[in-house]
Amino acid sequence: MRRSSRVAVALAALALALVYVAPLWRIDLKAPQYPEGLGLYIWVNRITGREPNDLRNINGLNHYIGMKPIDPESIPELRLMPVAVAILIGTGLAAALAGRRAGVIGWIGLFGAGALAGLADFWRWGYRYGHELDPHAAIRIPGMSYQPPLVGAKQLLNFQATSWPGLGGWIAFAALAMVLAVVVREWRKPRAVAG
Amino acid sequence: MLHSSSRPGVVGLALGFLAGLGACAPGGAPIGAAGDAAARVYVAPGQHDEIYAFLSGGYSGNVVVYGLPSGRLLQQIAVFSQYPEKGYGYSEQTKGMLATSYGFVPWDDVHHPQLSMTDGMADGRWLFVNGNNTPRIARIDLTRFETEEIIEVPNTAGGHGSPYITENSEYVVSATRFAIPTPQADVSIREGVFGGMISFIKVDPANGHMQLAFQLHVPGYNYDLSRAGRGVSHGWSFFSTYNTEQARTLLEANASQRDKDYIAAVNWRRAEQCVAEGKAEEWKTPYAHNLVGEDDVARTEMIRTQKVLNAKSCPEVMFYLPTPKSPHGADLDPTGEFIVGGGKLATVIPVHSFSKMLKAIEAKDFDGDVDGFPVIKYEATIAGEVENPGLGPLHTEFDGNGFAYTSVFISSEIVKWSLETFKVVDRIPTYYSIGHLLIPGGDTKKPYGKYMVAMNKITKDRYLPTGPELTQSAQLYDISGNKMKLLLDFPTTGEPHYAQALPASVIKDKQLKAYALAENRDPYVTRTEQDVKVTRQGGKVHVNMTAIRSHFLPDNIEGLQVGDSVFFHVTNLEQDWDVPHGFAMLGAQNAELLIMPGQTRTLVWVPQRAGIFPFYCTDFCSALHQEMQGYVRVSPKGSGVPLAWNGGSGTIK
Repeated sequence: MRRSSRVAVALAALALALVYVAPLWRIDLKAPQYPEGLGLYIWVNRITGREPNDLRNINGLNHYIGMKPIDPESIPELRLMPVAVAILIGTGLAAALAGRRAGVIGWIGLFGAGALAGLADFWRWGYRYGHELDPHAAIRIPGMSYQPPLVGAKQLLNFQATSWPGLGGWIAFAALAMVLAVVVREWRKPRAVAG
Repeated sequence: MLHSSSRPGVVGLALGFLAGLGACAPGGAPIGAAGDAAARVYVAPGQHDEIYAFLSGGYSGNVVVYGLPSGRLLQQIAVFSQYPEKGYGYSEQTKGMLATSYGFVPWDDVHHPQLSMTDGMADGRWLFVNGNNTPRIARIDLTRFETEEIIEVPNTAGGHGSPYITENSEYVVSATRFAIPTPQADVSIREGVFGGMISFIKVDPANGHMQLAFQLHVPGYNYDLSRAGRGVSHGWSFFSTYNTEQARTLLEANASQRDKDYIAAVNWRRAEQCVAEGKAEEWKTPYAHNLVGEDDVARTEMIRTQKVLNAKSCPEVMFYLPTPKSPHGADLDPTGEFIVGGGKLATVIPVHSFSKMLKAIEAKDFDGDVDGFPVIKYEATIAGEVENPGLGPLHTEFDGNGFAYTSVFISSEIVKWSLETFKVVDRIPTYYSIGHLLIPGGDTKKPYGKYMVAMNKITKDRYLPTGPELTQSAQLYDISGNKMKLLLDFPTTGEPHYAQALPASVIKDKQLKAYALAENRDPYVTRTEQDVKVTRQGGKVHVNMTAIRSHFLPDNIEGLQVGDSVFFHVTNLEQDWDVPHGFAMLGAQNAELLIMPGQTRTLVWVPQRAGIFPFYCTDFCSALHQEMQGYVRVSPKGSGVPLAWNGGSGTIK
């Protein structure tokens, strides 16, 4: 591969380090009595509120519908994901160093699989929180579940829930897009020129 | 029946005639507002006002907060009076705020709010306000709009000339309105020697804490109102006096005999020197100092001694400026050069010059002395006399553009006059009998101007009548142009005296939304539902209770007995904005608690009868607020029913 392509792959791998300092995903909640909104940030290793007490207040409100409190300690993925990202960064750098198209394609596969697994897992947690409700809860509406959307907006009783990538998520998608562009570019060039 | 139905035409005519009369002021000018007034005061739904105005609540004992220009009531701050709506003065944490050397005094008469100052400008940190009856000064924190401190002023009766603050909040200054024996003594009312006291209360710049630095012992006149110098006159304070006749009876005539009383000019830097030189004596009049500690509990310290400096022992500390006649206001223009006397019974508004005063002192241009203090010649200090000011000028505020505005009580108007020509340039009626007036920042170095508020003593026909007692009446005027324009009437509570106002931007973004539960240091805080408990110590039962939408824990308690003192220590576990919880107990000889998020408040209840008694949340907190209730079982004294509760380590499951 060309030097510039290898640099681009290396940069993409290094950019992933930013997900340690920027949230991957965010869920924003708005309701008539919450004009200022409430927000959840999902990070690579933790879940926080947009404001210091938002997570506490969201859990407080969720008890009316019997949703389990969101307790970051009880989510093992938050301990696995930092390792997975570290592996992704390491293998990305290795692929850049090796400079072989196959290596980069392999890395894309790893990256894509990881991202898909992450999204699937996020959906699964959302499903569990939204469906596994305390039958003794104050508010029980037959047929109603409270799974937040994976991406996009959904009305959940008085709350409009909007789910969207956070800054870290956008960075990860941008890194993936950049590496895909590198591969496309390298595909068009004869192998001999690479290096 | 026959009477009223037989003469409808006459009644209708009479009403029509009265209505016609009501539409015109005596001078023939139409009563009412400028043409675009509605638009000028309209703050659209969801929009915020431009200005916070803090009006004294007078004999309600509260400070009342309004938004301007809408005149919308935003909040009542409980200060010197028990206020059941907030449990203020009822909860164990706030009772201490109303302690005095006379014991618990649950009421006072609020007169003059003063915002804390930095370099002559309101800095939005604190609001100080005086209690006139049992002389006290309170400090209100402007991040939470709550009273944090009250200091009693000893050797003083009628804390009226108070709490006029210096330009860097060095001192809040308080003067005696009613002369009394100083120190107190059992003497003849007519023959006894009375004195006055001017108190300098130091304000700690870090936290606002007040401390009585020293008192200046002065002759027994009625010290009415005051201003601390600013700019050129920083370091001085000015006090209007009346009853220099020192009458003890029927003051309305007996205190109105002299053509001139005095504005006393006090050089407080000089007084500080004399105190530092050890000239003050130690007096032993007890006074209370109540302060909210870091645990959010008001505690009282009874202080036994104070430093009193006899003004006669400190030469050049005080000079008298003769001022016609029974002056009320003693107000300073933004530069601090002009001292405006509001002579209630005077035919002119006298304006003294500070620089001329200093020259006269240097030249000893005196008319002898009175009670040992030099009286400066009237002509030597006077910068101008405003002619034709109306009847009964009282208070003056400033717009920062070279104009002064004086409230005039008897002729019920505000006159605008020039600080250059000392000529009246405009006048406008008030409805009716105005006392104080307010221009936002009108007592600072750079007035915000734009609006003016009249606070009136008489309301009469301005609103729908409500029996003999009517709402209090305020008017908002536009002062942005050459002519003053009436914009709005708005009702106020408890007869407002003075007021303060500042642009909303100074404090709006500093408002506390919730107390941090993690920082709650109340001795009886319950931080989680696992920690709730009920403990008995003899006849005292402590309930460590939590409140969160939409339940209390414990909400079942058994084993209480008739005659117990039950302390409900309720911690609001919410950390969300605008979610207070209330707590009310059937039969409690007390008020409710209103507990802010993260806060702990304690209500004491002494059950009188055996039975089951409910308690409930009084603040509609959530959709299931009506379900937020609990039960207490009370057994006869000596009963064997064991103490039991639900939640935490409780045995009721």
